[in-house]
Amino acid sequence: MKKTYKIEVDCANCANEMEAAAKKTEGVKEAVVNFMTLKMKVEFEDGADPKEVMERVRENCKKVEDDCEIYL
Amino acid sequence: MTQKQKKNLLRILATSVLMIALAFVPVQGTVRFLLYLVPYLLIGYDILIKAGKGIRNLRAFDESLLMAIATVGAMVLAVYEEHTGGEGDYVEAIAVMLFYQIGEWFQSYAVGRSRKNISELMDIRPDYANVEGEGGMEQVDPDEVEVGTTIIVQPGEKIPIDGIVLEGVSTLNTSALTGESLPRDVGKGDEVISGCINLNGLLKIRTTKEFEESTASKILDLVENASSRKSKSEDFIARFARVYTPAVVFAAIALALFPPLVQRFVMGGAPEWGTWVYRALTFLVISCPCALVISIPLSFFAGLGGASKSGILIKGSNYLETLSQVGTVVMDKTGTLTKGVFDVTAVHPETIDSTELLHLTAHVERYSTHPIAASLRAAYPNEADDCRVEQVEEIAGHGIRAMVNGKTVCVGNEKMMEAIGAKWHSCYHVGTTIHVAIDGTYVGHVIISDVVKPHAKEAITAMHQAGVGKAVMLTGDSGRVAEKVAEELGLDDCFSELLPADKVERVEEILADPGHHGKVAFVGDGINDAPVLARADIGIAMGAMGSDAAIEAADVVLMDDDPLKISKAIRISRKCLRIVHENIYFAIGIKFLCLILGAVGIANMWLAIFADVGVMILAILNAMRALFVEKL
Repeated sequence: MKKTYKIEVDCANCANEMEAAAKKTEGVKEAVVNFMTLKMKVEFEDGADPKEVMERVRENCKKVEDDCEIYL
Repeated sequence: MTQKQKKNLLRILATSVLMIALAFVPVQGTVRFLLYLVPYLLIGYDILIKAGKGIRNLRAFDESLLMAIATVGAMVLAVYEEHTGGEGDYVEAIAVMLFYQIGEWFQSYAVGRSRKNISELMDIRPDYANVEGEGGMEQVDPDEVEVGTTIIVQPGEKIPIDGIVLEGVSTLNTSALTGESLPRDVGKGDEVISGCINLNGLLKIRTTKEFEESTASKILDLVENASSRKSKSEDFIARFARVYTPAVVFAAIALALFPPLVQRFVMGGAPEWGTWVYRALTFLVISCPCALVISIPLSFFAGLGGASKSGILIKGSNYLETLSQVGTVVMDKTGTLTKGVFDVTAVHPETIDSTELLHLTAHVERYSTHPIAASLRAAYPNEADDCRVEQVEEIAGHGIRAMVNGKTVCVGNEKMMEAIGAKWHSCYHVGTTIHVAIDGTYVGHVIISDVVKPHAKEAITAMHQAGVGKAVMLTGDSGRVAEKVAEELGLDDCFSELLPADKVERVEEILADPGHHGKVAFVGDGINDAPVLARADIGIAMGAMGSDAAIEAADVVLMDDDPLKISKAIRISRKCLRIVHENIYFAIGIKFLCLILGAVGIANMWLAIFADVGVMILAILNAMRALFVEKL
């Protein structure tokens, strides 16, 4: 399953790091962050609950970039 | 400007004022330190907090951390100097923070602006649809409109959903989709696509698709996702940044430790810790890779935006990159270089005049549904006059026979003429020859052929000028027709009488040929050449307005069917990639230069931060150039 989320992030490097952090999150198969359109596209593992996974993704992203935001 | 940008701008201004004011305050020692601490914290508090959080989350080489270490280091050095009798330079740390913030602010502002600019360019998303309700017209969310609903589009409004005109005549502006300013006239029964702007008349439209499936939604989806497909350059930068920052940090640590130790123990002199720590801190300031990391995706984004403004949709930064390396363009003939519709190109009467010949031909073809019949009728618009047309008989493989005003008129090919014993002769014109005989006597022929598009020749010339080494045409048509078109247009090569499968083979042969120029692009109309579009390095579909199949199959979609857009697309991509490369070399070059100057002590922290912020601003401005593609 794929879902797109709006994000808020200031710098392109931070966006790259958010992408890397999201990819490493459990339950995420693939994640792409588009800095220019401020969107994060997440493909979930089969059977994963997007809501729960996205909470973890947000937590992990906050670790790498404090003032980023993912609108769930 | 967002709230955050406004706040940061205020901080930048306040710090600058404070710094200038403090230069005139005659205080010494701890008081001076505390006074200078005010602007430092004002401008740098968020960075220091972020750096602290970074350490807590075990995130090493974070930009904020680097800035924090460098500026705190500079402050400590200044305090140390103050204590050893000299005058500490607090201004430096504040200035570094200040310039860093200016850079960040500018970056955020520029990116925000270009984001807005580009999304405005691509603003084809309709916000609402007017549905005919009980109490008249009702505005609803286009998402909720079901297939088959009647919607009303008033003058000045965007057509929200694809459909068929039920009532009304109007002119549509398709420029948001095609980049072409030529308006299109529509009337009852015409298909219209979403994203066009209704210019004058009121239109009632029956929707044929859901909003999500409509042209405007599909195009937007495609454009928005385009910059997610990263190019090699972007990947390179991401990898570079990952290696570069830690490398510079380790180099800085080495610079702070080794030279003093060597000076102390090997050469037996003074260690000069202060000097080397300062140089190491300078290193840290230079180490942030922002200019690169921001300007590369921005250039691609601007390039993609500029292209879509011209009616060229590129599905990803990676395709933009491939497009810039195209050296061989393989084109389908029909629909790409020629119009793909048959037109009467010559009328050669023998005994009667040419109008009369066309007149008779059109009458005989009155009831036929063959495409050739349609073009013959189109050549004589007043066909439906009071002439008597009777006993129309279609003879398969030959042509049509009919009685027109009491005379037997035969319209058909050579075989038909042979069959009725008319003395026909062949024509020097290339195309399909339609012979005409009245009561068994040959009266002349009409030539029908596919017409070359008005810009086709210019397009080939422009392609060669844009650096395409080889322009090749593939066609299913006969060799004679193909050669004539190839010669007329100035193509380098052509292959004729190909079945769709043969086209894939030809493209594979070209790809396998070690001597081929650059990347191979295939241009087709996307209707039956999907496999070829997929096989080539890059597939370009043209005339795709409203054709889902073409949008799916191709990597680059030209919304209208003007072949001149091919060279334009190549030029846009070349310009964009040139800017990307300029930025890469420029940013990396300046960084390394500053690193060397910093290591040997020529560049101080001021120069380092100037270089950093300056390069970033220049790189961003340069990236924005990719948006301007009108004159290409």
